[in-house]
Amino acid sequence: MVQPGNSTVQPNGLSSGLLIAGLMLALALSACGRAPSPAVPAPADPILILATATGPQDSGLLDVLIPIFESQTGYRVKTIAVGTGAALQMARNGNADVLLTHAPSAERVLMREGWGKDRLLVMRNDYVIVGPTADPAGIRGMLSAADAFRRIAAARATFISRGDDSGTHQTERQLWARIGLNPDGQTWYLESGQGMGATLAIASAKSAYTLTDLSTYLVGRPYLQLEVLVEGDPVLLNVYHVITVNPERWPGVNYEGARAFAQFLVDPATQEIIGRFGVDQFGQPLFYPEAGKTEAELGVP
Amino acid sequence: MSLIWEGILDAIRLLIGDDPEVWQITLLSLRVSGLATLISLLVGLPLGTVLALGKFPGRSFLLSLINTGMALPPVVVGLVVSILLWRSGPLGSLGLIYTPAAIVIAQTVIAAPVVTGLTAAALQQLDPRLRLQLLGLGASPLQMVLALWWEARLPLLAALMASFGSVISEVGASMMVGGNIRGQTRVLTTAIVLETSRGQFARAIALSLLLLALTYMVNLALTWIQQRGTRR
Repeated sequence: MVQPGNSTVQPNGLSSGLLIAGLMLALALSACGRAPSPAVPAPADPILILATATGPQDSGLLDVLIPIFESQTGYRVKTIAVGTGAALQMARNGNADVLLTHAPSAERVLMREGWGKDRLLVMRNDYVIVGPTADPAGIRGMLSAADAFRRIAAARATFISRGDDSGTHQTERQLWARIGLNPDGQTWYLESGQGMGATLAIASAKSAYTLTDLSTYLVGRPYLQLEVLVEGDPVLLNVYHVITVNPERWPGVNYEGARAFAQFLVDPATQEIIGRFGVDQFGQPLFYPEAGKTEAELGVP
Repeated sequence: MSLIWEGILDAIRLLIGDDPEVWQITLLSLRVSGLATLISLLVGLPLGTVLALGKFPGRSFLLSLINTGMALPPVVVGLVVSILLWRSGPLGSLGLIYTPAAIVIAQTVIAAPVVTGLTAAALQQLDPRLRLQLLGLGASPLQMVLALWWEARLPLLAALMASFGSVISEVGASMMVGGNIRGQTRVLTTAIVLETSRGQFARAIALSLLLLALTYMVNLALTWIQQRGTRR
């Protein structure tokens, strides 16, 4: 029975509990406040928030580029991989300093509205239409992505859409709009609401078609029962821009850091790294460096 | 099936091999969720005690709120904490968004109601005559509370395990407020989501095994303390 006056009874169990709790606290506190030691003195405002499309992150490219940028400049980059639609929204709300996105028409709207300051072309790769080897809609080898979409719709073959307002999703919706077809609500048209890697896995499991950037497909190919069926149509060009958020609209943003990051991405040395990335593993680059070119030169629609 | 097998083999190779990033992620998970659990304990234990023993208007209403809070969806907590901590938000000037501290805050919001609600339930389940007896024996209010906590130590430690379990396994809030930043805010659950979406299933399985092992070891330690207390 309890003996309230006898304090020696209580502490045994409680003190062990407190000991564990104390250990947790010590561990937790030691987690905070650890910074990398850059080769150069840290800038006045070293924290830089990069909102990016998922492709550069999922392919591993940013895991290569960011540490180089950090050690060269002393900035500490917080990479938030959210998809292009969300990244553009973060710029509008002043929640990001710099963007890496791939939806040229939506980006032009952002610039026109004055939310972005600088916009530089960084790199490109290609979108491809992938699907099951059986190819029930018969699109293999077609030269026009729009015609392929028309055939998928006519065959009512399952198509997985990202459905997340990402750059890839916007390109896909533009293709449907081009052939004057609204796939919403069709039983064969499914929206995953997830990133490209997860969407490819769903398409593979469901023997379905989807539109993907080539880099994410190549990274996931060993696990996917999907093959590239349509490629090379100029409308399937996938162009990435770096955009700095306009400090006149959001005085709190780290414009100097954003500017430094944009310059880093278009720097010839960085461009060379981008062009080599993935060649060892996949036998071809995942992204082609195109800094300095204009959208017109690349044929962006 | 072969994928799972290969994944597990790869995972073992990864765990044996010296991959500092895997261990850094594991340690961060332990620290963040451990701290969140600790703060929840510091908040929830007194609050649950007051709700169980106190007599004041609105007590039942507060209890119903706490009990609802025990089922707070982590993504909702993540969204609300994000909106508060975003640069454009009311607490944006603190610069906490996308830091481990932001994850601790969100996980504390998730875990504190669990500790509070289970503490209140554990103390209310004690025989009410015990309190009268303790006070009758001349115990001060503090001594009485300590004695009641001691008497309810088994369910209280279960409350601690439940709250740690709820935050170490949570992914939605960590992803939203932490941003899953490599080397900074990437914890086990968000890393598993990322590696799965990348198609790196071996790493995803390795991290999953680590998460399970970590949860097991923490609960093993707490269970050991709990059960040692029963041998009297």
